[in-house]
Amino acid sequence: MADSDLALLARINKPDSQSLVGYLADGGYESFKKALSMSPNEVTDLVKNSGLRGRGGAGFPCGLKWTFLPKDHPGPIYMCVNADESEPGTFNNRILMEMDPHQLLGGIMLACRGTRATTAYIYLRYEYGRSFRTLEKAIAECYAQGLLGKNIQGTDFSLDIYVHRGAAAYICGEETGLIESLEGKRAWPRVKPPFPAIEGAFRKPTVVNNVETLCCVKHIFDRGISWFQSIGVPPDPNNPRDAGSYGPKLYQASGHVNRPGCWELPLGVTARELIEEQAGGVWKGRQAKAVIPGGLSTGFMTHAELDTPLDFNGPGKVGCLGLGTAAAVIIDDQTSMVDVLYNSCRFFAHESCGQCTPCREGTTWMTKILHRIRTGHGALRDLDLLKEVADSMGIMPGTTICGLADGAAWPVKNAMQKFRPEFEDYIQKKLTSQDPIRELVGTH
Amino acid sequence: MSSSSNNVVTDKMRQAIADYLPRYPSKQAVTLPALHIIQDEMRCVPQRAIEEVADMLELHPSQVHDTLSFYGFFRHEQTPLGQHRLWVCRSLSCMLRGGEQLLVELSKKLGIKPGETTPDGKVTLEFAECLGKCEGAPCVLMDDECHGDQTVDSVIALLENTASTLGQRSWAGGHHG
Ligand SMILES: Cc1cc2nc3c(=O)[nH]c(=O)nc-3n(C[C@H](O)[C@H](O)[C@H](O)COP(=O)(O)O)c2cc1C
Ligand code: SF4
Ligand code: FES
Repeated sequence: MADSDLALLARINKPDSQSLVGYLADGGYESFKKALSMSPNEVTDLVKNSGLRGRGGAGFPCGLKWTFLPKDHPGPIYMCVNADESEPGTFNNRILMEMDPHQLLGGIMLACRGTRATTAYIYLRYEYGRSFRTLEKAIAECYAQGLLGKNIQGTDFSLDIYVHRGAAAYICGEETGLIESLEGKRAWPRVKPPFPAIEGAFRKPTVVNNVETLCCVKHIFDRGISWFQSIGVPPDPNNPRDAGSYGPKLYQASGHVNRPGCWELPLGVTARELIEEQAGGVWKGRQAKAVIPGGLSTGFMTHAELDTPLDFNGPGKVGCLGLGTAAAVIIDDQTSMVDVLYNSCRFFAHESCGQCTPCREGTTWMTKILHRIRTGHGALRDLDLLKEVADSMGIMPGTTICGLADGAAWPVKNAMQKFRPEFEDYIQKKLTSQDPIRELVGTH
Repeated sequence: MSSSSNNVVTDKMRQAIADYLPRYPSKQAVTLPALHIIQDEMRCVPQRAIEEVADMLELHPSQVHDTLSFYGFFRHEQTPLGQHRLWVCRSLSCMLRGGEQLLVELSKKLGIKPGETTPDGKVTLEFAECLGKCEGAPCVLMDDECHGDQTVDSVIALLENTASTLGQRSWAGGHHG
């Protein structure tokens, strides 16, 4: 997108992008002041009609989620901002928070107006210390200017925003794990229903939204629904259940590309466009063997699938879990998929909360099987075993409480389906790979 | 707020913890902020501190311990952190650009394994999962600031240039406005 078309990243390279003065000079918070004269239902309807879908991974329609809150609830209603961003490959929320904190705060204020929430907690992963300090400063500026606190701008609307720091656990990004962690408990995801909209934080109605989703809300108010729907991909007319893929999206690329980074692009660019036009192509003149479309959980696309549009439908059509966080990880043709899959399984085994047996045991066993293969002791039947374990864990087969297990299984399923000959070759030739970290610390 | 001379949680820490209470409708929600405040100052969370936090938040010590032990983040008093905590990312984007090797070489250079602290107490080395800065792979996290495009030499320089920030960390709680 041309610089002048940017919304989410429009301010990030400005020298004063973090300060309230700079934000106000760019017209920030005007839409919030306007929204104060609208009713909460009007605010929610605007977001609903825009077609905005959640950017945190699941793509759930944002305004629709807000309408699930009970009507005429006496309160309190809570807003939880999901800033736990820990899906491997993903880093756009960090850039938004470090570089333009008021944009996020503006989105939160609008969302709270729409949902009638009077307290918002930004659940921030501990590792984002710079985001923490930037947000704390920006929040203090808002209180000093009467943009937060009691009776904002002389209206009956009051709002407090607090930053709550996590403690380095991926599962705190799952919305009910987040809520448990916020409450001071171990981050064990809850069985749903009840969904957070009915019973969430502190047993009260709660909305959980991702940082980027809320930043989009801000721009929908600034620029209108027609602007938002002029970007991206309309619903598939042949699929009555498709909600479309409207709006700008922050795409990320990392791994084996010349210019890793984050770009604001219309939803629906292809993986090839992302790699070639934004990320400077695959490094060292090599080819991409595999591309993870949207964070580790979403599995693998092959070289032949690179023209897949990265909208909410595209990755699923080639067998991936979904668009996820639109965080592409590019893997070159000199890299062993056995090593990549081991890294993936190790991550999920480390991050499983341990509550459901298929996930706790499945992630551990998949890692062990891959370790066996990587030490030259694998057998071909191990590949069937990997597939069997992967197929048996997750919300989709109905054996686990949360989607971490589906995300752990997906790379394994895709690898067995799309890269099996490479695994067979590795086993038959008794190839080996080192695990330097395991040699240092054992199995963790 | 009860405070006696054999408490390990100091009055200053107690005040910082108490400042968080107005933010939440339950006292238990202050568990993580309290554990962070204590570990930042003491470089671990001693058993005695768990009991004192439980007391402040009207919980059973086992409830505080249950939360604490879920997160691999908090340290037992027998294995406190050094002045700085250095995490090296081992997740995929970093691995593809030498992250695991960086961890191995740093381990050699510092003479300690991940999880251990240098004998001079200066730095604790750890592995991390994705730090959320994959565009700068390989990445390290020094305390809570992430640094991208790292080599062994740049990390060692970083360690030498980061003056001890102990005692300067701030946990401003409180009810705004
Ligand atoms: C294991 C797991 C980890 C997740 N991590 C995150 C995360 O770090 N950030 C995020 O916004 N959503 C994450 N999600 C999705 C959230 O559960 C939730 O759908 C999302 O925050 C809703 O916000 P949105 O509708 O604005 O996208 C995760 C889900 C699962 C199953
Ligand atoms: S699926 Fe895994 S991470 Fe999710 S609740 Fe169950 S054990 Fe925990
Ligand atoms: S994989 Fe290392 S920062 Fe993301």
